[in-house]
Amino acid sequence: MKTLEELMAIRDRAKADMTDRGGEGDSIRVVVGMATCGIAAGARPVLNAFVDEIAKRNLRNVTVTQTGCIGMCQYEPIVEVIRPGEEKVTYVKMTADKVPTVVADHIVNGNPVAEYTVGAVVKD
Amino acid sequence: MRELSLNVLDIAQNSISAGASVIEIEVLRDTVKNELFIGIYDNGKGMTAEQVERVKDPFFTTRTTRKVGMGIPLFTLAARQTGGDLEIQSEPGKGTKVTAVFNTDSVDFTPLGDINSTVWTLMTMNTDRDFVYRFGIDGREFTLKTSELNEILGGVKLSEPEISKWLREYLDEQTDNICGGVK
Repeated sequence: MKTLEELMAIRDRAKADMTDRGGEGDSIRVVVGMATCGIAAGARPVLNAFVDEIAKRNLRNVTVTQTGCIGMCQYEPIVEVIRPGEEKVTYVKMTADKVPTVVADHIVNGNPVAEYTVGAVVKD
Repeated sequence: MRELSLNVLDIAQNSISAGASVIEIEVLRDTVKNELFIGIYDNGKGMTAEQVERVKDPFFTTRTTRKVGMGIPLFTLAARQTGGDLEIQSEPGKGTKVTAVFNTDSVDFTPLGDINSTVWTLMTMNTDRDFVYRFGIDGREFTLKTSELNEILGGVKLSEPEISKWLREYLDEQTDNICGGVK
């Protein structure tokens, strides 16, 4: 059983961890669209997959946040990855399955996954 | 929406946009009456009676990026197609209460789905708000308040990976205890 006592022990470990970490100013941001359109298209599992993958890899310099509708509802779930000092990359029609590749290639190694980006998917 | 829990996430996002500092979510099942009750209550900026009428209209939205606001209409449809209904009570400056009742034995009942995923997402992604989650089935229930967790955490955020993992497992365990095999 999960208990509140256990939570206290985890808190103490997390506190120690946090002091190890540097400032958050240079962190990589992952922004997931969570308006009605995004949620209906499957944004929740995508968001959860990013959180899980980042925790699994213990990536300390990545923050996952949510945003509203950016007006491209037909391409939801939409995820933006913003690395400091670089142009933002917009991924469209994301799924939880695509998340480990984006985390490994783009967030860890700095190479955007071109085939999932808005530029590759939206052709007209 | 494929799951009612996604509607709950969507409606709760409205509470966040409305500047609520406390958001309560109630999910109560009655397997004898075949009824599911969902309530989402906030202390956000609230709406006038006229605004309440307008959010029921899919072609009304306060956003500027697109012209339709489907959140409330979709949730209403999900309730009404089971023979249930949705109600909105709101007062400017006080907050908003959205309640919906579903007949779970209707062929048009959308499953509740992964409600813990919704609650967990809300709690860990909005650590600046307080959430109260009450889940019950046939009179057995549990309540989880983030304000109580935050008291224990003393400044460590619920979004910290290890804390977040604990929260998810805690929610799942509490739910299993209550459900006792009933899904």
